[in-house]
Amino acid sequence: APPKAIPKTIENQREYDETTVDPNDEEVAFDEATDEFAPYFNRQTIPKILITTSDRPRGRTVRFCEQLSTVIPNSHVYYRRGLALKRIIPQCIARDFTDLIVINEDRKIPNGLLLSHLPDGPTAHFRMSSVRLRKEIKRKGKEPTEHIPEVILNNFTTRLGHSVGRMFASLFPHDPQFIGRQVATFHNQRDYIFFRFHRYIFKSEKKVGIQELGPRFTLKLRSLQKGTFDSKFGEYEWIHKRREMDTSRRKFHL
Amino acid sequence: GRCYLYMKTIERAAFPRRLWERVLLSKNYEKALEEIDENLIYWPRFIRHKCKQRFTKITQYLIRIRKLTLKRQRKLVPLRRKIERRENRREEKALIAAQLENAIEKELLERLKQDTYGDIYNFPIHAFDKALQQQDAESESESDAEKEEDDDEDMDKREFVEADDSDLSDFEDMDKLETSSEEEQEEEEEVEKAASHAKSKGKTPLKGPARRKRPYIEIEYEEETEPATKTKAA
Repeated sequence: APPKAIPKTIENQREYDETTVDPNDEEVAFDEATDEFAPYFNRQTIPKILITTSDRPRGRTVRFCEQLSTVIPNSHVYYRRGLALKRIIPQCIARDFTDLIVINEDRKIPNGLLLSHLPDGPTAHFRMSSVRLRKEIKRKGKEPTEHIPEVILNNFTTRLGHSVGRMFASLFPHDPQFIGRQVATFHNQRDYIFFRFHRYIFKSEKKVGIQELGPRFTLKLRSLQKGTFDSKFGEYEWIHKRREMDTSRRKFHL
Repeated sequence: GRCYLYMKTIERAAFPRRLWERVLLSKNYEKALEEIDENLIYWPRFIRHKCKQRFTKITQYLIRIRKLTLKRQRKLVPLRRKIERRENRREEKALIAAQLENAIEKELLERLKQDTYGDIYNFPIHAFDKALQQQDAESESESDAEKEEDDDEDMDKREFVEADDSDLSDFEDMDKLETSSEEEQEEEEEVEKAASHAKSKGKTPLKGPARRKRPYIEIEYEEETEPATKTKAA
């Protein structure tokens, strides 16, 4: 009888992306040492995050913002009453914020996320979908505590994925407090980034139990800009162009 | 935008091209009103009044348009239904393919193995386990006698090993198979079972309404030959 064949999955058949990062790549390592996240990774800056929404947020978005601020330590929620983003940004830089998150809303549900690293850092625009608030998740856990969670970044292989992954990592402070036993996961699968927040317990050496607490959402990257948010004159590092990039089922960019 | 006054006279009804007569009104609001008055001089009073009212309304909304264009405008981006549906479907499939919980568990176990947690969790290492089992197999009577003289914890351990069949099978499997799919399957089943019961450990505030079905006893391994390394997080 012929040997059992390995089933073909989309991940197996994925078209080889030339920008895949090799762990031993010197060029990439050098780039990462000198790009905008270097101060964070050298532990010179502590992340401080401002979360805001688009105009007139509805109840669901407001609650989601509050939950997000409990998940991410050292974050503040401010309401935007018609203020232009271009004017907010200099004020944020003056007040020492390192990151800005804007949650865009449409028809009472949040559907877009704009994440920009403040002192002149890259800006990423995501499409957010399938947002579950804490009470909609089936679990029996309590609220996330104030401990700094661990961060897991899965499957960010290409250069683009690498930079996006570093953006996410720079949201969280460096030294996770293991007493809290909380972990925030950004898992990339076929260009969709799933965010989950769990509490884990090691029952024995080979068994771990996780309990989901905290909101969950999925993101899909739409564009990545080099500087801070600027819709007209910004320099785009990557935009999702539907006609060119969505042609093949097996080609992914993150 | 500039405003024009258009006038129609019945004598020209036969020539549609020359039907409407156009007059440019001045930008100044009051002067424009006067111009309307002089142009429509022999027209009935009611029509003149209505014309001026209409002109007032037009100027007001023109002013509002100019003000609004200076402020931020909401850009409406149309959704494409086909694309939305395609992306939702792909997202579901990606979610299934991702197997998030397994991936997270694997990552956490890897981190435990690579000692990122330091000394918080005092699990015995695999080799030590094997050595212990070998030692037991070689000198059973001696080790039994030694164990009898030991603390309560070791007594508990012995009870635990005899009473619970499922855990006994677990230890046996851990001996034979280092990392195999069977073990992972068992782990998954156990994890599912355990995940459904919320667990409580002494030092952490995590509590659940349902307790574990089996009597839960904390295992602490103590070796007689080496000094016991008991490291617990404060």
